[in-house]
Amino acid sequence: MPLNKLTFEYSSSNTLLAKLSGDWKISEGLPAESEVISQLDGHKDINRITFDLSDIGKWDSGLASFLFHLVRECRQRNVAINHQGLPVGVERLISLALKVHEMTVPRKEERAPFLENLADKILHLVSSTFILLDFLGEIAVAFVRLIKGKAYFRRDELISILRRCGADAFALVSLISLLVGMILAFIGAIQLRLFGAQIYIANIVGIAMVRVMGAVMTGVLMSGRTGASFAAELGLMQTNEEIDALKTLGISPVEFLVMPRVLALVIMMPLLTVYADFMGILGGLIVGSGLLGLNPVEYWQHTQSAVKLNHLWVGLIHSFVFGIIVAVAGCLRGIKCARSAEAVGEATTSAVVSGITGIVIATAIITFICQVLGV
Amino acid sequence: MEEIKQPVIRVRDLDLSYDDYPVMRGLNFSVNKGDIFVVMGGSGCGKSTLLKALIGLKEPDKGEVLYDGVDFWGQDETARQDMMRRFGVLYQGGALWSSLTIGENVALPLQLYSKLSAAQIKEMVELKLALVGLSGYADFYPAQISGGMRKRAGLARAIALDPDIIFFDEPSSGLDPLSGKLLDDLILQLRDTLGATIVIVTHELASIFAVGTSAVLLDAESKSMIASGSPAELLADSKDPRVIQFLTRGRKQGVH
Repeated sequence: MPLNKLTFEYSSSNTLLAKLSGDWKISEGLPAESEVISQLDGHKDINRITFDLSDIGKWDSGLASFLFHLVRECRQRNVAINHQGLPVGVERLISLALKVHEMTVPRKEERAPFLENLADKILHLVSSTFILLDFLGEIAVAFVRLIKGKAYFRRDELISILRRCGADAFALVSLISLLVGMILAFIGAIQLRLFGAQIYIANIVGIAMVRVMGAVMTGVLMSGRTGASFAAELGLMQTNEEIDALKTLGISPVEFLVMPRVLALVIMMPLLTVYADFMGILGGLIVGSGLLGLNPVEYWQHTQSAVKLNHLWVGLIHSFVFGIIVAVAGCLRGIKCARSAEAVGEATTSAVVSGITGIVIATAIITFICQVLGV
Repeated sequence: MEEIKQPVIRVRDLDLSYDDYPVMRGLNFSVNKGDIFVVMGGSGCGKSTLLKALIGLKEPDKGEVLYDGVDFWGQDETARQDMMRRFGVLYQGGALWSSLTIGENVALPLQLYSKLSAAQIKEMVELKLALVGLSGYADFYPAQISGGMRKRAGLARAIALDPDIIFFDEPSSGLDPLSGKLLDDLILQLRDTLGATIVIVTHELASIFAVGTSAVLLDAESKSMIASGSPAELLADSKDPRVIQFLTRGRKQGVH
């Protein structure tokens, strides 16, 4: 349908008569109010607009929107609008819309200049470091109370968390570490075959898995799985005022909620890591014996002779540190979460991001220390 | 000589802020024993922030909150927590601990602070749940019951330790009119049976007139308390247009 719904007449001096005809519905398409404005621009002597709606068909808020914007535009130009002839419903809609518009709208935050932004970011970084230190301090106090037998938390809850972050993660850890072991073996095999030294794949896979890869892979998996769920869980508890309810009862949320989670991950991470090491070695063995034709017994003996107890200790230290990092990142983000659905999402994301970043940084530091100590 | 009655709660020159924005300045009021004291005000006027200062969740910028003459925020944390044990708080959504059953929720304060045996605690939990009309729901998890029931369960937990003062944060928000009315009745019964002093933060006019014995009206614009007295008196006597507007708008809509 053509949009000839709007025609103009200059019936008397200084007055524009706008004739509206046909259906004025959102679904049908509407003429732009700029058509009227251009008429006003063309005839500077006009100071009044009247409407003729005798031929109008069906209409909805599309008509109201057209008139609302026109009224605002005309107010600025000191052009009067004759409301006579407008349907009562439209008049009401317009006056309601205008009233709401007149209310004070809170000012949106303006973009701060670059330096101010930078300074804000630095201050934010400093304050979040303090928040982290504060939180670590609270956890330390909670653990001291635990050792003294004074800490209050539910044993059932600890067991349930242990199950969730240990047993429930078994399948995932198995699959990923098996694959990582296989990948390591493949990459090693291509290089070592050049020298006919395929059997040393056993050494490479064994040492790499036990010393660092088992722990790192488990850490990354737990960060995505458990760290994220800690953040979401505690974030939602914060939103539901459950944490406030603990505080008003004199129960420390760190003791009641954070400590069992940190404890559970610190117990489970080394266990899962040892298991991941075995799965990785198994993956290497599968590739070695299946594709490279190595003798499985020989492969196993080579692994045994290559992997020293030192390597295992280094791996376990990694996993212990990762357990703390993942649990603290998850719990801190959750407990400091603001009260909205969006904030819970943000808390979850940042728990995973800071967990994985923390793991990588910690790996670098531990590797450096081991290098210096010659372990 | 007649003994001077000490108010249970006295708030003196209290300044409150939220996220560094000042929300209330120079609050002064007192609540007597057995009162059902209503903190009224529109959304965003600082009612909830005031509640947080009263129950120990947020330290005020300035001023004092006195319970039986003892400065609440002037105490060290341990002493403050001891004082908090006299409170019961019903949060807006009930705030039940979601990993615990309803029964365990009510039992937790008793396990912590009473000298009852496990069997006695179980009996006590049954009693408190019966008081709020939730007998038989002890083994349900919060996610398995309705919003109104969660609120009542939250109330059962709030009265677990027979508190001297019970705080209610928007008790009838999110409830249908009938459940809201039931909760109002419950509040009156609790005051009469437990002898508790009750503080309610709300903007629900129906509740305010049904249960409130005294009230203050907070105003967001002037960041201050603009009226105090019993709700009925305020309605009858107040000359302040803001007070009249707040207290009558519901009436025009037939709420009261």
